[in-house]
Amino acid sequence: MTIASLIDTPSELTDSSSSKTAIVLMTRIRLARNLAGTAFPGWAKSAQREEIFETCRAAVAGTAPMKRSLNATIAELSELERQILVERHLISRELSGAKAGAGLVISKDQAYSVMINEEDHLRLQVLRSGFQLKKAWNSITELDSALEEQLDYAFSPQLGYLTACPTNLGTGMRASAMMHLPALVIAGQMEKVVRAVNQLGMVVRGLFGEGSDASGSIFQISNQTTLGEAEEEIIKRLGSVLNTIIEHELNAREKLMEADAGKLFDKMGRAYGILQHSHLLSSGEAMNLLSLIRLGIDLGIYPEASRAVVDRLFIEAQPGHLQHAQKGEFEPGQRDLLRAARLRGEFANFARPDFPFMNDGKN
Amino acid sequence: MANPLKCDLCPKPATVHLTQIVNNKVHKVDLCEECAQAKGVTDPSGFSLADLLLKASLNPEPVAAGVRCEQCGFTQADFKKHGRFGCPHCYETFRGVVEPMLEGMHKGSEHKGKVPRRAIERRSLYERLTKLELDLTEAIKTERYEDAARCRDEINQVKQAFGQTPAR
Repeated sequence: MTIASLIDTPSELTDSSSSKTAIVLMTRIRLARNLAGTAFPGWAKSAQREEIFETCRAAVAGTAPMKRSLNATIAELSELERQILVERHLISRELSGAKAGAGLVISKDQAYSVMINEEDHLRLQVLRSGFQLKKAWNSITELDSALEEQLDYAFSPQLGYLTACPTNLGTGMRASAMMHLPALVIAGQMEKVVRAVNQLGMVVRGLFGEGSDASGSIFQISNQTTLGEAEEEIIKRLGSVLNTIIEHELNAREKLMEADAGKLFDKMGRAYGILQHSHLLSSGEAMNLLSLIRLGIDLGIYPEASRAVVDRLFIEAQPGHLQHAQKGEFEPGQRDLLRAARLRGEFANFARPDFPFMNDGKN
Repeated sequence: MANPLKCDLCPKPATVHLTQIVNNKVHKVDLCEECAQAKGVTDPSGFSLADLLLKASLNPEPVAAGVRCEQCGFTQADFKKHGRFGCPHCYETFRGVVEPMLEGMHKGSEHKGKVPRRAIERRSLYERLTKLELDLTEAIKTERYEDAARCRDEINQVKQAFGQTPAR
């Protein structure tokens, strides 16, 4: 498979239409693994990094889920291709800027991706749309076990899988869910949620991980600790935290509707108008408008089927995807023009809002 | 720009730097904001550097300055600079540094999850094979042919088991 055909194929994330994806957009699990007796990527000499890369690439590409996969070194990809993979959450920003001897293997359906020589020799990832922690775990542990047939992992009975950074010791697992929480943001409760979640040993980050902002009211919630608990326990704990957050978001939505439905409908109606008619849209503004439309879908104002469109646009409004769709170079200053044009096109045929009957102060 | 120092207790960047002179010896501690707070460093009345240093001295095997990982040449100073280790064996070499660090970092200090069973099995088969081959040579040398025959049979069995768990 080539990078061009991969990019032109909708990913697991951009092609979801299940109603399970209402609040949890997607679930992701990654495992950190290293080869026994081999220096970690950050410390290995470049010749050794190349050797590690080839060993891992051959082993990964030979597993069943990676049949007809794409595999490439970072150097083989253009800057734009790397950016698109980052925007799809298939590789990390660190890998996209890695030195020689680093690369990736991505499955045909883009559900599995393996980064080689990022911080650890191997970072195995599985990505599923919606709230599917258990299914994701089953998939990733299967890939991991298949690799174990070929590779000798660095492992200690006491510390578990040995990783470059001690924060990943033990299971080497980070399970995360990407959640759309517009009502908690509008109601100003996110800070409280973040604090409570932290106390439960989970971390909240923005859409693109550490240090990124939460435009579009999209947050990533993941486990912080990896040692001292079995994978299933971590997943169970994360699952119950996610369910609690979902409950709070639903409550917040109900309260917003009770307190001032008119104000909420106004926001959603304006978002629709701007998306249909604006000529300049920054990435942040576009994300926030799309988030309001998505909330409208959840509240029955737009048809359910539109959710997949919005979720696709969350990704396609990102700079790398915009540039790719445009085919060719354009000035950074033109980006907002292009984004607005793209969204105008999409929203020209978007279902009109169907607001429930409102008593507008008459009678 | 130089890499900022990492906290002595966790991999975050250190923002609190303490120097205390005890018995004419200079002790330096670098901590991040959170660890500093957790250790009461920000509360001038309650804090004693001695507590932190004492903790370090309770390590199972204190790591002497200048120790290098025998497999990759990594030092403790490298860890402070990068916040990452050099190779899997570093966890053995720098045990005294790692163990106290885990306490605040994780839910426990003992792995409870998945175990790479096949890889471990492979390693123990390999060790068994090495031993049997030595035994075989020894048996032939001392003309204990019955023992030699038994070793050869066992070697074949182990090799067969190996065939089912291909090594990389």
